[in-house]
Amino acid sequence: MAQIRIENLRKEFGSFTAVQSSTFTVEDGEFFMLLGPSGCGKTTTLRMMAGLELPTSGQIYLGGEEVSQRPASQRDIAFVFQMFALYPHMNVRKNIAYPLVSQGLPRDQVRRKVGEVAEILGITGLLDRPVGGLSGGDRQRVALGRAIVREPKAFFMDEPMGALDAEFREHMAGELRALHDRMGATTVYVTHDQLEAMQMGDKIVVMNHGVIEQFGVPQDIYNWPATRFVGSFIGSPPMNFLEFEGVAEKGAVEVTMAGLAMPVPRILEGAAGGLTLGVRPEHVSLDDAAALRGKVLAAEYLGTTQIVTFETAFGPVKARVSSAQHIPPGGFTGLRLDPRNITLFERANGRALLSEANQKVLRHG
Amino acid sequence: MSYSITEPTARVKWLAGGLVVAYALITLVPLLWIIATGFKSGADSIAYPPKVLFEPSLEGYVNLFTDRTRATPEMLEAAGPPQNWVEQVARDQGQVIAGPSRFGERFLNSVIIGFGSTALCMILGTAAAYAFSRFRVPLKDDLMFFILSTRMMPPIAVAIPIFLMFRQLGLSDTHLGMILLYTAVNLSLSVWLLKGFIDEIPVEYEEAALIDGYTRFQAFYKVVLPQAATGIASTAIFCLIFAWNEYAFAVLLTSGNAQTAPPFIPTIIGVGGKDWPAVAAGATLFLLPVMVFTILLRKHLLRGITFGALRK
Repeated sequence: MAQIRIENLRKEFGSFTAVQSSTFTVEDGEFFMLLGPSGCGKTTTLRMMAGLELPTSGQIYLGGEEVSQRPASQRDIAFVFQMFALYPHMNVRKNIAYPLVSQGLPRDQVRRKVGEVAEILGITGLLDRPVGGLSGGDRQRVALGRAIVREPKAFFMDEPMGALDAEFREHMAGELRALHDRMGATTVYVTHDQLEAMQMGDKIVVMNHGVIEQFGVPQDIYNWPATRFVGSFIGSPPMNFLEFEGVAEKGAVEVTMAGLAMPVPRILEGAAGGLTLGVRPEHVSLDDAAALRGKVLAAEYLGTTQIVTFETAFGPVKARVSSAQHIPPGGFTGLRLDPRNITLFERANGRALLSEANQKVLRHG
Repeated sequence: MSYSITEPTARVKWLAGGLVVAYALITLVPLLWIIATGFKSGADSIAYPPKVLFEPSLEGYVNLFTDRTRATPEMLEAAGPPQNWVEQVARDQGQVIAGPSRFGERFLNSVIIGFGSTALCMILGTAAAYAFSRFRVPLKDDLMFFILSTRMMPPIAVAIPIFLMFRQLGLSDTHLGMILLYTAVNLSLSVWLLKGFIDEIPVEYEEAALIDGYTRFQAFYKVVLPQAATGIASTAIFCLIFAWNEYAFAVLLTSGNAQTAPPFIPTIIGVGGKDWPAVAAGATLFLLPVMVFTILLRKHLLRGITFGALRK
């Protein structure tokens, strides 16, 4: 297993830049998520790490070795494809054995290793079946088997759950995470599903338009987004954004929004003009004494909690509150935004302003 | 009243089966008639009304493979008793065998040129189709159209320039010349067909093989080729059928050395009267290789024709 370091990695297809100067590090044994909407460059980044695309510029260090211009076959890594890419003209055993056969391993060793891997994945009974008739989950297991059998330096997975149906995905996610914990293998996993990323990842890179927006542990990324995009892409429902014109003064602990004083974490970086106040729905509570007024538009029941949508002078605001509270649509109420959990963004570039609350997260990443 | 898709009843199945059998008979009768004529005697072959039941004879096949001369009874007497059954068949017609005919050679030429050009066409076609399917080839669409356009002119329109070029290059009446010519004519079809088949094979299979430690050529050879087998087989059949049946170029460009069977068979008619059994025997033998080849590959051919239609 190995650490993977990406430095200033860039990929252009003609005049289109798919990935712009990415830099990040995947520590040894980490389960690492590349997250972003489709077309954001996450798959291209992974394919460059695997050697299926060659970068336009930049370095890729795999276990300390620079490999960016090496072909995939010389990188000693394993790749799990979204459509699994099991060789259709071979049975399960041959599929799993294929990477070993290419290394010229003796026949009895191949047999033993394939047996071990099948045992781990619980597919011993399927070994002599053709891959054509397997269910989605079993194909997924065979694809994983083919990846782990060689004990490579790292595993790369490109939306491996994408082809599974929703309920099975949940199960497979647990199985995959357990497998990872057992083997301690460095894994890079591409997904567009933010829930999957938060649930499975040790660390997440959020990408958009070929640019890394934020890099860190799921909790930091969720609580202290570095950009407005991260706040809206992560979380369901996403972060609330209240747009206003005003001044964020360095050292201040409140901002004035259209005459309304709103307490915020101490501002460490000043800005003026178009600003956005971001707050997660769980940090919005109902308080008749609060100055921010909202009209109830709708309530979505989610079991223990409900998501209530309010119309305010700054646009719609969603609140996650207990289902025990009865909130009739059409009513007016005050909304209190938890001042400890507010992030201010510059509207022009979507960047979060440094504050006492988020400086720890944003300064290192 | 609502309709639904139901299992056909036994009567409908019988009816459908009957129709298929009737159609098969209509299309097979001429073929069976040719095969039957090959085993008739000369008199039976032109009998009126036509004979469905007849005494089988190998006269046609003997005449096909031999050159004979008509002999007077005295000459037959002098020649002594026939050495073998072939000679016996010739004697029965009042002839003696002068030597083997050229049919065997012509047939062998057809086999060499037909299968040779098909093999070459498959090797070049698969390589070109793979490159067009997988790599960023500059001007890809224009090149593909250019390849297709080589097929647009009727072959006979370019016959004269080809004839002149072949003469200059010393390719006239050679096996190599005919193999190259048929390959060139077939290549556009095979590149287009094979590109379609290779396009349908997900590129991830090769990428998986690359990551599993194979070179690009190994990935092509071990992963793409087995999956393209269906397409290659059906394309090969098309190429072989063309090369095997081709008549115009063969008449024009071959004579003594590399002549194929199609221009040869009609010449039998002129040798010593209209020898229909020999013509039919030649036609029957000529049919066989393509038939056998197609039957051997029929599983692939069927899958090849429905390829694409069955994919989600």
